[in-house]
Amino acid sequence: MKIHEYQAKDIFAANGIPVPKGQMAASAAEAVAIAESFGRPVMIKAQVHVGGRGKAGGIQYAENAEAARVWAQKIIGMDIKGLTVKKVLVTEAADIVSESYVGIIIDRAQKKPVIMVSPAGGIDIEEVAAKTPEKIFKLAVDPIIGLKSYQARDLAMKLYSDFNLVRQATDIIMKLYDTYWKIDASLVEINPLITTPNGKVVALDAKINIDDNGLYRHKEIEGLRDLDAEDPSEMEARDGDLSFVKLSGNIGCIVNGAGLAMATMDLVKFYGGDPANFLDIGGSSNPQKVLTAMGIILRDSNVRAILINIFGGITRCDDVANGIVMAYEQLKPEVPIVVRLTGTNEDKAKIILKKVHLESADTLDNVVKKAIALAEIEPAAAGGEK
Amino acid sequence: MSILINKKTKVVVQGITGRDGSFHADQMKKYGTNVVGGVTPGKGGTTISGIPVFNTVAEAAAKTGANTSVIYVPPAFSIDAVYEAVDAGIKLVVCITEGVPANDMLKVYEYVKSKGARLIGPNCPGLISPGESKVGIMPGTIVAKGPVGVVSRSGTLTYEAIWALTSAGIGQTTCIGIGGDQIIGTNFLDVLEMFEADPATKAVVMIGEIGGNDEEMAARYVKTKMTKPVVGFIAGRMAPPGKRMGHAGAIISGGSGTAKDKIEALNKAGIPVADSPTQIPQLIKQKMAGIKKGLKAKPAAKAKPLKKSGKMAVKKPNKTASGKVPGKTKKGGQKRS
Repeated sequence: MKIHEYQAKDIFAANGIPVPKGQMAASAAEAVAIAESFGRPVMIKAQVHVGGRGKAGGIQYAENAEAARVWAQKIIGMDIKGLTVKKVLVTEAADIVSESYVGIIIDRAQKKPVIMVSPAGGIDIEEVAAKTPEKIFKLAVDPIIGLKSYQARDLAMKLYSDFNLVRQATDIIMKLYDTYWKIDASLVEINPLITTPNGKVVALDAKINIDDNGLYRHKEIEGLRDLDAEDPSEMEARDGDLSFVKLSGNIGCIVNGAGLAMATMDLVKFYGGDPANFLDIGGSSNPQKVLTAMGIILRDSNVRAILINIFGGITRCDDVANGIVMAYEQLKPEVPIVVRLTGTNEDKAKIILKKVHLESADTLDNVVKKAIALAEIEPAAAGGEK
Repeated sequence: MSILINKKTKVVVQGITGRDGSFHADQMKKYGTNVVGGVTPGKGGTTISGIPVFNTVAEAAAKTGANTSVIYVPPAFSIDAVYEAVDAGIKLVVCITEGVPANDMLKVYEYVKSKGARLIGPNCPGLISPGESKVGIMPGTIVAKGPVGVVSRSGTLTYEAIWALTSAGIGQTTCIGIGGDQIIGTNFLDVLEMFEADPATKAVVMIGEIGGNDEEMAARYVKTKMTKPVVGFIAGRMAPPGKRMGHAGAIISGGSGTAKDKIEALNKAGIPVADSPTQIPQLIKQKMAGIKKGLKAKPAAKAKPLKKSGKMAVKKPNKTASGKVPGKTKKGGQKRS
């Protein structure tokens, strides 16, 4: 789960990591009030879950409260890479002497948290990694022993030579590591970590991603989820305990198991079709899930055919068939549906499905080909279904 | 022969009185797995499907000689269950649970390693050595004994591939689902090493997916060290970057972990990659025919491409399995988990 910069900065501040004073505003009027209360120049920063805000014009300097109004008006409602800005962070503008980078992520191959620092901050770290990898310094931390002060100091010394700054950065790296564990983060990042003319080290930006699997023990963080920033269908799917990712094609897919769901949509593409989504109904076969899944897919007006592919193992095909019948009767879909159910209780499932007139197929390849053929038929030519 | 589990494996089921635990304990026993005990704190002294229940893994291990455990407890308790099993001296721990926090797994991984034990999973279907033992949730009805090892990050996609093999008359030594999470106890590389060392395994099917670089590391091993042929499949060619595709580990991040990169890495290592799971048996047959004729040193066998329209190019199931469909056996009473 992603959280916004203003939320991440609140978490930093609560854990002793210095951040500039700031507050979130959802309107120009709020932005003005905040800028006035600070009584000095501010930055207006778009709060969206996408990188490259600065380049898109979503981060602006405002000399005074009036300028804050102008920029907040422009930025709120702005489109950045397909996302609409609904909120801005109004934060004290800082004088910057130097910009560095500090981040912590899981290294999947080493199976350790890795701390990365770079004196080349303020730009995309992946760009630094590609162009000047010698400017990135990494430390894989033993997760059981944890981070030791000397290790954090070694990293801080890669950023600064002045020990006044080294000491502050060491403290920040230690606290960032503790925060990473405390909140079950999968990524914490300060880019840039700046130094000011009066010798202070400050986190000018903040990025935190939380491990979804850790959310159950952080209700306070679950509450930070920005419902505006999420696709409504993806939210409905999550509430219904389904994994759903919207794509741009016209063949809706309902599959059990994430790997098989991916393989099914790959195969749709391979045979010349275009999948409308990824959807995994999971290991259980609660008929309600099929109903929810079908509802989400039918709301997508691009969808011209629905493909249902179930490999019954633990999932029982008859349960899924009951869900299909329920969905068919309640939702009365006008798009053609092709079903392939194989495995546990397949025979029972076939009898249940006789109640409704659906296309069926016996193999993975055939169900995909049939769905593609059905999606290509013009709705009018599909014959009097309406 | 098989790897990791066989007829002698003595299994203890952690969380045996739960909905999933009790159902699968029974399924494993019916398959022929030597399930010697179960563990649920506070339920010691009772039995489930004739299996004695203990309060602790240590007690279960001491009284039954269990050497393997399988975990069916909710995420909040599953990490503790792994530590308990390892501390009780269990050498193979299979964690089925989905939803384990990745940072917890970082610590567990180090600890399990330090105790000389092996963890499979979490978020995995477990493993099965056909005709010998199954530990986990894989349906016993789709496998057959034979010469091919199967290793995968997925569940139902693995079943699809196994069923394709079985339908084509190709049996398996052991089928292992290593799990769909970012941090897992056993990776492709570990399993490939075991298949390489197992005399009964003549070829391997490796089913990967987007995210991480485990497939790339495995490909390097296949190219430099492995003598047995490997056939691959990679799921997620259509996955958009930055989106988690169901599995916690199935995410393309910062442009790395794409299906394209993985397929290229596999091809470079001489591993043919199937376009559809149903194409896997054909690739295996070509690779294995290559060994017999002494052609193994030749570059990767090219599969006959699937026709993109019309009839499938893939052969129909042969007579050994004709008409039979997984789970369609007379017992056929698998309940959902």
